[in-house]
Amino acid sequence: MTAMYSEKVIDHFSNPHNVGEMEGANAVGEVGNARCGDIMRMYLKIEDDVIKDASFKTFGCCAAIASSSVTTDLIKGMTVDEALKFKNAAVVDALDGLPPAKIHCSVLAEEAIKQAIDNYKKGQEKVQ
Amino acid sequence: MNRRIYLDHAATTYLRQEALDAMVPYFGGIYGNPSSIHTFGFEARRALQAARAQIAEVLGAKPEEILFTSGGTESDNLAVRGVAQANKRKGRHIITSQIEHPAVLKTCQTLEKEGFDVTYLPVDQDGIVDLDALKNALRDDTILVSIMAANNEIGTIQPIEEIGRIIKGNSKAYFHVDAVQAVGVTDMSLDRLTDVDLMSFSAHKFYGPSGIGGLFVRKGTRLSAIITGGSQEKGKRAGTENVAGAVGMAEALWLAAQEREEEAARLVKLRDHLIERILREIPDSRLNGHRQKRLPGNANFSFDYIEGESLVMRMSALGIAGSTGSACSSASLDPSHVLLAIGLKHETAHGSYRVTLGKATTRQDIDDTVEALKSVVKDLRDMSPLCQKG
Repeated sequence: MTAMYSEKVIDHFSNPHNVGEMEGANAVGEVGNARCGDIMRMYLKIEDDVIKDASFKTFGCCAAIASSSVTTDLIKGMTVDEALKFKNAAVVDALDGLPPAKIHCSVLAEEAIKQAIDNYKKGQEKVQ
Repeated sequence: MNRRIYLDHAATTYLRQEALDAMVPYFGGIYGNPSSIHTFGFEARRALQAARAQIAEVLGAKPEEILFTSGGTESDNLAVRGVAQANKRKGRHIITSQIEHPAVLKTCQTLEKEGFDVTYLPVDQDGIVDLDALKNALRDDTILVSIMAANNEIGTIQPIEEIGRIIKGNSKAYFHVDAVQAVGVTDMSLDRLTDVDLMSFSAHKFYGPSGIGGLFVRKGTRLSAIITGGSQEKGKRAGTENVAGAVGMAEALWLAAQEREEEAARLVKLRDHLIERILREIPDSRLNGHRQKRLPGNANFSFDYIEGESLVMRMSALGIAGSTGSACSSASLDPSHVLLAIGLKHETAHGSYRVTLGKATTRQDIDDTVEALKSVVKDLRDMSPLCQKG
């Protein structure tokens, strides 16, 4: 459809995985701002230190939506410690690359995960 | 995907068959350089002069007032920079608007770095230039005012005659009009617009070839060349002329003028049908630009909670080709300077979708587009964290 994006990006953009708010999510992270044209919100369900489920809602371009979609796929099944080490490069790799101007979308995905886990840990501290 | 609907005529139009047919001999058999003094050169020169005369006639100008260029961007550069250079001893102040095409805006910004003073006039919420601000901005050292006839993004048409009267009544400045979106579409007769000194136009916006455009330069206007070399185009634009392009542009412009009124009326009807349906059937949508004073084929919408590049690409997947003023379609983080100038918030400006109709557009195309937009906007809103309605 467009030479700018890989087929993987177009696939995830056209049929994104894990879209929508999650019932019973215990970790939510939101990064970006509307002014810049990107907002990513990630929902995680963490049980026994493992990410059992992940979903997203994103306002943004094709690359932002594809990055969100592939990130929710990649992050599922990871332990919290593994997720904290999750890097945007993994998103770029899984999408067979992103145009240079769109790399920031993969960074947003990484940040959204970290933010969600951060919020989760804060919640845990309060409980204890 | 079989269906493809092209609704991006403001970006470019297809080359009409009659123009192509007129051009073909000049790609092969008639190949002389118009500057050569033998018969080969004479044949090419004759074609070039016939094209110039035909364009001048349609525009209500004299043949010697028409310069050929490579297109709208070059014409704008030549007008702004050429007037600035030739008149800098008289003054160094230039006035333009905040919603000009980058071909004018970036040229003005470059001139600022070279010591010129530029005023960027604000526009109202519909995109019409503030005429009081214009009157107040004119000074003794103002040498040029450059205002577009119609905006390429939101389609708003400026009151060019009134702007011309204000300029000429209050200053000695030249008046340049970027009419790239207007020529061939609206009436830009220069025997009516007598206050206009320079006017840019581009063939591929009216079903002519790309790579050719023109600049009208009213007799007596002081203009410096920006491309130097040979003495083509009265020394104002060096380089061997694009004869085939000039012939194609002349043919396309001639036909556009014949068909203009009927085609404009047809497009206005289709455009208004589109606007009415979108505003009625898609919640949280708005029309950008003036409701009536807009190009016959232009409709520009903002849809809250979603981003324009996603919208364009989802529509493209359904076979419909439109465009957006979102930042994500460019390298910068800011959305369209035009949408910001008419007062849109950044997030609203990111969610714009421009539809520009043309000769081949049918009512069925419009209805298909509305249906596609309804489903794409809903899908993207379902995905958006900004949309609470789900």
